[in-house]
Amino acid sequence: MTIMTKMFSATAALALTASAAMADPAIIFDLGGKFDKSFNESAFTGAQRWADETGGSFAEVELQSDAQREQALRRFAENGNNPIVMAGFAFATALEEVAADYPDTKFAVIDVNWIDMPNVRGIGFKEEQGSYLVGMAAAMASETDTVSFIGGMDIPLIRKFACGYAQGAKAVNADITVLASMTGTTPAAWNDPVKGSELTLAQKSQGSDVVFAAAGGTGVGVLQTAADNEMLSIGVDSNQNYLHPGQVLTSMLKRVDNAVYEAFTQGAELETGIFNLGVAEGGVGYSRDEFNAELITAEMAEMIDAAGVKISAGDLMVHDYTSDETCPALDF
Amino acid sequence: MDLLTILQVLDSTMRLAVPLLLACLAGLYSERAGIFDIGLEGKMLAAAFLSAAVAYTSGSAWVGLGAGIVASLALSAVHGLASITFRGNQLISGVAINFLAAGLTVVVAQSWFGQGGRTPQLAGAARFEPITLPFAEAIRDVAFIGPVYYELISGHTALVYIALLFVPLTWWVMYRTRFGLRLRAVGENPAAVDTAGISVVGLRYVAVLICGVLCGIAGAYLATALQASFVKDMSAGRGFIALAALIFAKWRPWYVLYACLLFGFLQAMALRPDVIESVLSFKVNAQLLDVLPYILTVIILAGFVGKAIPPRAGGEPYVKER
Repeated sequence: MTIMTKMFSATAALALTASAAMADPAIIFDLGGKFDKSFNESAFTGAQRWADETGGSFAEVELQSDAQREQALRRFAENGNNPIVMAGFAFATALEEVAADYPDTKFAVIDVNWIDMPNVRGIGFKEEQGSYLVGMAAAMASETDTVSFIGGMDIPLIRKFACGYAQGAKAVNADITVLASMTGTTPAAWNDPVKGSELTLAQKSQGSDVVFAAAGGTGVGVLQTAADNEMLSIGVDSNQNYLHPGQVLTSMLKRVDNAVYEAFTQGAELETGIFNLGVAEGGVGYSRDEFNAELITAEMAEMIDAAGVKISAGDLMVHDYTSDETCPALDF
Repeated sequence: MDLLTILQVLDSTMRLAVPLLLACLAGLYSERAGIFDIGLEGKMLAAAFLSAAVAYTSGSAWVGLGAGIVASLALSAVHGLASITFRGNQLISGVAINFLAAGLTVVVAQSWFGQGGRTPQLAGAARFEPITLPFAEAIRDVAFIGPVYYELISGHTALVYIALLFVPLTWWVMYRTRFGLRLRAVGENPAAVDTAGISVVGLRYVAVLICGVLCGIAGAYLATALQASFVKDMSAGRGFIALAALIFAKWRPWYVLYACLLFGFLQAMALRPDVIESVLSFKVNAQLLDVLPYILTVIILAGFVGKAIPPRAGGEPYVKER
C-alpha cells in the first residue's frame, strides 16, 4: 500500500513538472539526428545557447522516421509547448496539416519559406549566396582548374547549393570546370559515406582538387577521402574545418543556430511570416578559423569579403536554382 | 577512354564489390543450410559500429576487426536461436535484427562517445591501410602489366584480399569437403541428413555462425578500411543488394564473385557519368544504373535467364517428428 502511495505521489509530481514546463519552447530535429555535425547540430547549438543564456529549458525530439513528423508536432502542441521549431524542409507537409488546428501555438520551420499561415514563421536561407562565396574560395584554391560538388539526396534545395557554388567558382575563373554529383534519390543518400568516398575519388580522377560536400552524413566520407587523397574539401552548414585541420578549405555556414536562437528568444510572441536570411542578415557565410588560416590567404579573404559586401548591397545577384529550376552555371 | 580511366573504374568496382561479396558469401553459407537471412544488413551495421569503436579505443584495426566479428556473431546467435532452436519465422527474425542493429548502434555510440551516434575518427594503425604488393613500384612503368598491377591489383587493404580468398575457399568447402556436402544437404533435405545420424541443428548453427563471421568482416571493412569511422546507417542497403546478388548468383560461390563484381561495376559506373557519356556518346541516367542490379535480379527470378532455384528447405524450421 505504501508503495502504491509513493507511486501515486511520484506520478503526481511528474504531472506537476510537466505542466510547469508547459510554455517551454520545443524543437524537432530531422532524420539526420541531433549530432550530425552539420544542419541539426547547428539547430541544437542555437537551442542550447538560448538555454544556457536564459536558464530556460526546452523540449526536444529526434525523429526516427518520416511517419513521426505529424505525431511529434501534435504531441508538442497538445503539451502546450510554444513556440515549436522544426529543423528541416521535410516538415512542410505535416506542418500545413497541423498548424491550423493549433492557432494559439506558434511554429517556426527552418528551410521552408513558402508556408503562409498566421501562426507560422517560415525561415529560409539564401544558400546560393553562401555557396557562391565558398565557390569563389574553391576556384581560387584550385590548381587544376576543376572543382566539384557532392550533394546528398537530389532535391531542389541541394541543387541550389550546387548552383551557387558553380556561379561563385565561375565568377573567379570563367573557364573552370565544375563537376556535380548527387549521392542518391532516397533519404539513404544522407548516410552513405562509402558512396561519398567513391564519388570523391571519381571526381578526383576527373581532375578536381577541391570538393564541396552538401550531403549530411555522406559528407563525412567525402571529407575523409579528400583528406586521404590530398584534395581540399569544403564543409557545410556547421563549421567543419576542425574535422581535418589544414585539409578542409572552409565551410559554408548556414546559421541555423541563429535562427533557432532567435525563435526561442522571441518565445510565444514569435513574429510570424516568411524570412529569408542571406549574407546581409548574417544567415549564411563562410568560415575562417585557426584550422584553415593557411588555406585562405588574405587576398582570397579580401576578394570573397568584397563579393559578400556586393551581395549584401544587392549589387551582385546570385541566381537561386529554386526560383526557376534552372542554373546558368551548371548542368544537372 | 584511356587505360588509366578504365583502371580507376575497375578499382572503384573492387572497393564497392568487396562488402557485397563478403555479405553475399555470408548469405550463401546460411541459405545453403536452409536458413534465410535478411539480417545481413543489420549484422554488417553492428560489426561496422563495434569494429570502429574498438579500433578507436584499442588503436588496432585488427582488434577492431575481431570486435566487429563478435558483434556480428552475437546477432547471428540471436538469429540462430530464434529460427533454429525456437523454430521461429526466419524472415521476421532477420527484420528484427536489422531494426535492432540500426537502433542499438546509434544509441550505444551516443552513450560511449557522445558524438551523435558516430565513432571518433580513426587514424594510423586503427585503420586498415592499403597494402602495396611486392614489386608494384618496380614494375609500375612496364607497359600495361605495370599499371594494371600497381593500380588495380596492388594498393587495397588486407580485407580485400581476404574477401577474395574466401571465394575459392567457399567453393572448396562447399563442394570438396564432407562438411560442405552435409551443409548443402541440410538446406535441401534435412530429414535425410537427420536419418544419417548428423545433427541438423548443429550444422545449421555452424552455417549461421560462419555467416556471422563474414558479415563481421564486411562491416569492419566499411568502417575501418573504406571509412575511418562509423556513421549511422552506413551500410546503406548493401546487405539487401548482397541478397539480390545471391539470388542472381543462384547460390553458387564463383557466381557470387561475378555477380558482386557486376553489381559493383554498375555502381562504379553510376559514379562516372563522364565515362559513360564518352563510351556511349549519350547520357545515361545515374538512377537507372543504380536500380539495374535489382532489375537484373527480378529478370533472373522471373526465369528469363536461367532459373534461380533456392535451397528446397530454405525458410522452414526443421522439426524431427510431426
